[in-house]
Amino acid sequence: MSTTTLPIAKAITAGLRDAMHADEHVMLMGEDIGRLGGVFRVTDGLHAEFGSQRVVDTPLAEAGIVGTAVGLAMRGYRPVVEIQFDGFVFPAYNQITTQVAKMHYRTGGRVTLPMVIRIPHGGGIGAVEHHSESPEALFAHTAGLRIIAPATSQDAYWMTRQAIESEDPVIVLEPKRRYWVKGDVDPDHRPELGPWQAQVRRPGTDATLLAWGPSVPLALESAEAAAEDGIELEVIDARSLAPLDMETVTASVRRTGRLVIVHEAPVLGGLGGEIAARVSEQCFYHLEAPVLRIGGYATPYPPARMEHAYLPDLERVLDGVDRVLSH
Amino acid sequence: MTVFATTIPDDAHQEPMIQLLGPDGTRTPHAELDAVLTGGGGAEDLQSPDALRGYYRDMVMIRAADLEATSLQRQGQLGLWASALGQEAAQIGAGHAARVQDYLVPTYREHGVAWARGIEPWRLLELFRGISHGGWDPAELRTHPYMIVLGSQAPHAVGYAMGLQRDGAVGTGDRAHDTAVLALFGDGASSEGEVSESFTFAKSFDAPVVFYTQNNQWAISVPTSVQSSVPLAQRSRGWGIPSVRVDGNDVLAVMAAVRSALDAARAGEGPRFIEAVTYRMAAHTTSDDAGRYRPAAEEEEWAERDPILRLRRHLEQLGAIDEDFVRRCDDEAHELAMQLHHHIHGMEDPDPVHIFEHVYTEHHPVVEAEKQAYREYAAQFEDEADQDGARA
Repeated sequence: MSTTTLPIAKAITAGLRDAMHADEHVMLMGEDIGRLGGVFRVTDGLHAEFGSQRVVDTPLAEAGIVGTAVGLAMRGYRPVVEIQFDGFVFPAYNQITTQVAKMHYRTGGRVTLPMVIRIPHGGGIGAVEHHSESPEALFAHTAGLRIIAPATSQDAYWMTRQAIESEDPVIVLEPKRRYWVKGDVDPDHRPELGPWQAQVRRPGTDATLLAWGPSVPLALESAEAAAEDGIELEVIDARSLAPLDMETVTASVRRTGRLVIVHEAPVLGGLGGEIAARVSEQCFYHLEAPVLRIGGYATPYPPARMEHAYLPDLERVLDGVDRVLSH
Repeated sequence: MTVFATTIPDDAHQEPMIQLLGPDGTRTPHAELDAVLTGGGGAEDLQSPDALRGYYRDMVMIRAADLEATSLQRQGQLGLWASALGQEAAQIGAGHAARVQDYLVPTYREHGVAWARGIEPWRLLELFRGISHGGWDPAELRTHPYMIVLGSQAPHAVGYAMGLQRDGAVGTGDRAHDTAVLALFGDGASSEGEVSESFTFAKSFDAPVVFYTQNNQWAISVPTSVQSSVPLAQRSRGWGIPSVRVDGNDVLAVMAAVRSALDAARAGEGPRFIEAVTYRMAAHTTSDDAGRYRPAAEEEEWAERDPILRLRRHLEQLGAIDEDFVRRCDDEAHELAMQLHHHIHGMEDPDPVHIFEHVYTEHHPVVEAEKQAYREYAAQFEDEADQDGARA
């Protein structure tokens, strides 16, 4: 198979399938992931192909799902857990923060936990409460976890494979509202770029836009719009949120002197704040303007008919760009 | 007929409690469990005089280590100690009931279980002294790390058991190969949601796991009656998991029930649940003051049911113990306590640079950068110390 065009959801399916063929210890667990193929159909066809020992429809209990995955990993398996929606990860929060993140450390490196927790994340799908959240900062604050957020079909395929191959536990935040956006995937050629590195998606000179997951297309769209006004924005796809690839970010900011960070999560206590602090430490003499963050408000995620005002959009991003350029 | 029940009596408080050894050491015959204990005879005989003397010695040893650890905490050598005093039968019995290939998943108060698994007591003290978060290799010793967030270990046990099913290590009929998991937790932790979720997963997948709760009557200061107004043993029956209540200060009842349950699980019959009724003779930890919440009369009442005393009385009734054996056990226990004392004084504080190790298996730029920054920061003081030394 050479390069093919797949929606992000199907690229993840292909990544899971190829990982399961590559290693018989890879198994999938989650709610409704078997015959139904998951509520987003990401595991579609895998139950029929691999059977119920490797594609496990679990009871509806997230702590149990993640906790049993820990035990399976300690027995030598590589479980890939699907959390149905971002807001449903919290019943498993104890397992993720006190167990998944710390077992390697607790045992002085004697135990590794090669497990993956897939979470469809972010808003913009008109959903009811708890179906649109961006909890990445909560997990990025927990040492021992790795967090990645693919934004394209190619990354969805390869970062899924790389997450499964990692000996560390990895949370994969999947851009749920972009699941059906198509893109090229080349499953035959492993990319040179590692899963923990950021990528410059569009070169530019006037300011840097940093985004991840579902906000990457928004950042690119904003850059296109700004270009019509003669403003050249550099767009960076963070890809990895833990660890952050600050080298790529600071190299860009040293060129452009300005940084706008876009994420759906609340700005208050969000990852944008961490990035801004590091940029101010490392690029202080290159900065022409304060680092700006465009993101969700310090409120719970709102009812769907108001989410357009909560989520970063083209106008808010361009407004932020105007503000950093006004310095 | 089996002692593992699936129904609750009309009057829930009429739940029976299996006892093979009375407090005075009298042995009550029990057809089903005696068959478990005698096994296939020979090395399988779990109640031969040799085996019984072995349990007695183990209980004496681990009690001595426990008392020494409390002393070490009082001397400032340990940050904390969680004594298992009084639970020796519940732990030595369960630990020895497991077969060598089984995987045990403890809480933080499982010193007798650890002893039975061959984990030297000083390895336990690493955690309580604060030089590591856990002192052994779970795969090598087939024993999970001590778990401090109570109940969190229960789903790990079920997941491990699900792995055993996938490995073909269950239900082949070969008891030396088929494997089961023993998940331990206390009466307090039995209220944790993760324990309930573990029951669900275990039963839905018929995983080879035995849940074993030592009801030591107190969750720090809260009595078991607050966790459950009915016997804990009944908790799993709504899940369809057969369960039994045993006298946890009776090493034979514990051993028979746990061995029977693990063998059923390894045979592919699914999970079991056991409540061992025992007593935490010491305070919750060395930081606790049990005098604030429980009457001395209760402690005295339970002292009469002491598990070690009970087994000794039984051995005396069998004529299987003499003063010489008792003295040798006491001498060995004293020697163990001295070893513990010696080990703890030989435990050097780790270089703080170890803070940064084993957070991840692969390179992590922030952890590496902070480690380097720490090294450079710490080196300044080494230089100053050298200069001070030179001046002096």
